[in-house]
Amino acid sequence: MTDDGKEKRENTSNGAYPLYGNRGDTLSAASGRPLRDLSLQKTLTEDISSEDYSISAETLRAQARIARDAGYPQLAQNLERASELTAVPNETLLEMYEMLRPGRCSFEEYEALAQRLREEFNAAATAAFVEEAAAVYRERGLLRRELE
Amino acid sequence: MTTTAAAEHSVNGDTGSRRFSILAGRDINRETYVEEWAEAGLTVADSPYDPQPSLRIVDGEVVEMDGKERADFDALDRFIADHALDLAAAEEAMTAPSHQIARMLVDINVPQSTIRRLADGCTPAKLCEIVRHMNVLEMMMGLGKMRVRKTPANQAHVTNWRENPALLAADAAEAALRGFAEIETTVRVARAAPLNALAILVGSQTGRGGVLTQCAVEEAFGLRLGIKGLTSYAETLSVYGTERSFVDGDDTPWSKAFLASAYASRGIKIRFTSGTGSEALMGYAEQCSMLYLEARCLLVTKGAGSQGVQNGSISCIALPEALPGGVRGVLAENLLASMLGLECASGNDALASHSALRKTAKLMLQMIPGTDFICSGYSAIPKQDNMFGGGNFDAEDFDDWTVIQRDMQVNGGTRPVREADAVAARRQAAQALQAIYAALDFPPIGDEEVEAAALAHSSEDMPERDMVADLAAADRFLEGTANLSDVVRALHRGGFEQAAANLLEMGRQRVAGDYLQPSAIFADGFDVISAINDRNDYTGPGTGYRLEGETWDALQRIPQQKSPRDFIDAQVGEPLPNLAEINTAKVGATANEIVVAVGPAYGRSLVKTIGELDHEEVLEALLTGVAEEAFYGRVVRVYHSADCAAIGHAGARLSGSGIAVGLQSRGTTVIQKRGLAPLNNLELFPQSPSLTLEIYQAIGRNAARYAKGLSPLPVGVKVDNGARLRLIVKTALLHRREIEDIREKAPQELYFRWEPEV
Repeated sequence: MTDDGKEKRENTSNGAYPLYGNRGDTLSAASGRPLRDLSLQKTLTEDISSEDYSISAETLRAQARIARDAGYPQLAQNLERASELTAVPNETLLEMYEMLRPGRCSFEEYEALAQRLREEFNAAATAAFVEEAAAVYRERGLLRRELE
Repeated sequence: MTTTAAAEHSVNGDTGSRRFSILAGRDINRETYVEEWAEAGLTVADSPYDPQPSLRIVDGEVVEMDGKERADFDALDRFIADHALDLAAAEEAMTAPSHQIARMLVDINVPQSTIRRLADGCTPAKLCEIVRHMNVLEMMMGLGKMRVRKTPANQAHVTNWRENPALLAADAAEAALRGFAEIETTVRVARAAPLNALAILVGSQTGRGGVLTQCAVEEAFGLRLGIKGLTSYAETLSVYGTERSFVDGDDTPWSKAFLASAYASRGIKIRFTSGTGSEALMGYAEQCSMLYLEARCLLVTKGAGSQGVQNGSISCIALPEALPGGVRGVLAENLLASMLGLECASGNDALASHSALRKTAKLMLQMIPGTDFICSGYSAIPKQDNMFGGGNFDAEDFDDWTVIQRDMQVNGGTRPVREADAVAARRQAAQALQAIYAALDFPPIGDEEVEAAALAHSSEDMPERDMVADLAAADRFLEGTANLSDVVRALHRGGFEQAAANLLEMGRQRVAGDYLQPSAIFADGFDVISAINDRNDYTGPGTGYRLEGETWDALQRIPQQKSPRDFIDAQVGEPLPNLAEINTAKVGATANEIVVAVGPAYGRSLVKTIGELDHEEVLEALLTGVAEEAFYGRVVRVYHSADCAAIGHAGARLSGSGIAVGLQSRGTTVIQKRGLAPLNNLELFPQSPSLTLEIYQAIGRNAARYAKGLSPLPVGVKVDNGARLRLIVKTALLHRREIEDIREKAPQELYFRWEPEV
């Protein structure tokens, strides 16, 4: 049972959190639709897409800052990579994950993926992460050719 | 015959011990126990092959970790060294003696943050060395302090064998009402996933807004469900402690980390899964202990930026439990997760034992300290419907849990519910899903199906559905454009305003992303609580989470609880018209009389015994017994005491024969003799609920026989071991009622208008 969190919580130095309560008016979905326009009334009368209730890159970066300030640097990096990946279409995102699984790609294909992430999606952190993976995969025999 | 052969014969043959034969049939002996075998990874916490802790850093790069040079690092070592370790904290952490850090874990004067900082600089071997110094009690102390979220919680499993959507929705609604903060479903048939995810989403938001939901399926498929808005978290991102196991799981630390980011990019909370025993089960334990491999898993989890982990052996639990120290090892891995700042869903998930005693004993290790999720899946459905493969605790244990919480004043993350409320929520959830199925043109859910779901216990109580049609609809739904807003609209049109508002709110919260922070859940009213705003600040008694106030009130108020008043309704009554007080009782002059001394409330404010015998009939039975021996019975009321011995003692003093029967209102009886010490007696009948009129008559008879100087066979009363357990509250309240009638007054002679038939 969890309904007693409210009275017991402490104020952290991270006054922005939760963003919903403190900055809700400034938040927008991935589509650009302001959160305040994601109301029941609008849902009943307007066309609402999946992107209208998807998180934006900017909000993910804000959550990353909150995580870092609270002492969770790895989570912050994850959320920063996530903010980059908001630009990647759903199907492409699934393909990229599949590519990163062991034995799926050659070193060159990973280099190309990293380049695509940088150029097409402006995803520098994720690109560097893919390059790092490729280097380890090469050393550890996790590239495609070597498993076959 | 040699001695050994004789011994074997006694074990196997007809002459074997009956006791050992009964023990062999006990639930505890249906399990498997195996000796340790380090080479096969069958050792829980300490393998001779486990590396020793070491760390060397040159120019900001780890060049040696746990005895291995960087050139020899496997993929996991690389990932841990480059992503998980806080090199700034590493020197202090690695040089601090491990037993010292272990002591800090139980030292209330050392706050969580100090240990967090040190743990962040520890290698896998160092982490293991720290917890190896600790016994389970110390680990529990550590876990209570290191748990990430201050408020503990619990997670439920909701599945069913028939993949019946109305039942899924109803069970999810009930689980939400019962206080589970997260609900996880899965599938028997993979293609059912989109509709199963939809059913528990709608059901949970009908029961309580803000419950997070997930559907455990293959990784990429799971992401697809999340993208569609059907799930708000995912936790089956499995990691393993050796490179070969990891690859066999078809992932690497980098692909898993990418997946974590992919989920987060769509606003979905994630938690990795690891747990002792998986590597040994997959054949690649590399001779290491389960704990050491788990420490590696946890550092990969942390390095990947997962906010949390479900560990505690999960589906492999039976393997560590087959080994010495297995349950301690599982607690150690929960503790390590918490030390690393990871939200911990602490197992107590898959079926771990046949023995209720063993299951409960293990549960206490997590429930008493409290973890972020006591169960990483409490089966909120009967076991046979659990598609995760059982469930150590299931829907039939709901009341056991709420009672244990009430016993210990511990929040195990569930709350008691009333039948009417549960059925109402179940019905509404099934109706809400019915409206959605109609609006989205899915195979209809009939009214009789809704009603069955409202009242069902398991999928056996549900009518058959056309599963082929449901699966086709699931495919169409996944591929089609219908999204969360279509569901919200359908709910609203169907008149389910609150569920519509809650579903929409889940979408709005996804835009804000507050529940991506460590250990985040929603308390009532979509009030997000996490490590950021509900940090565990335990520093000893009076600090940290305390179950008190409104929550404690709610958790103690189980529906089975009655008002004390209601317990003795049957015994309270009007004074007997044929039992009248005459005058102060005097010592009898005749040797052929037996005094029946009754308590202050007997036949006055109380009129029945605890066994619900009429006081009038009990007196009749006693006096009949006395008369059978041709003795006279006198009845007196003792006013100065409600104690059975004192009542009998006072009666014996007044009895001409020196023998009396003392009788409390609740029916407890003694045969007493003048001159014996009050607490000594001829016969005592403390098992008042087992006394019958025949026994009372025999007591009267024996009293007279003692008066004649005979040595009668004591009256036999069958022993009912459960009587005290069932009736102790009633006993206490009846005694209290008797005490209320105590007066400063000598025993009074009573006239009982009744003649014996003998």
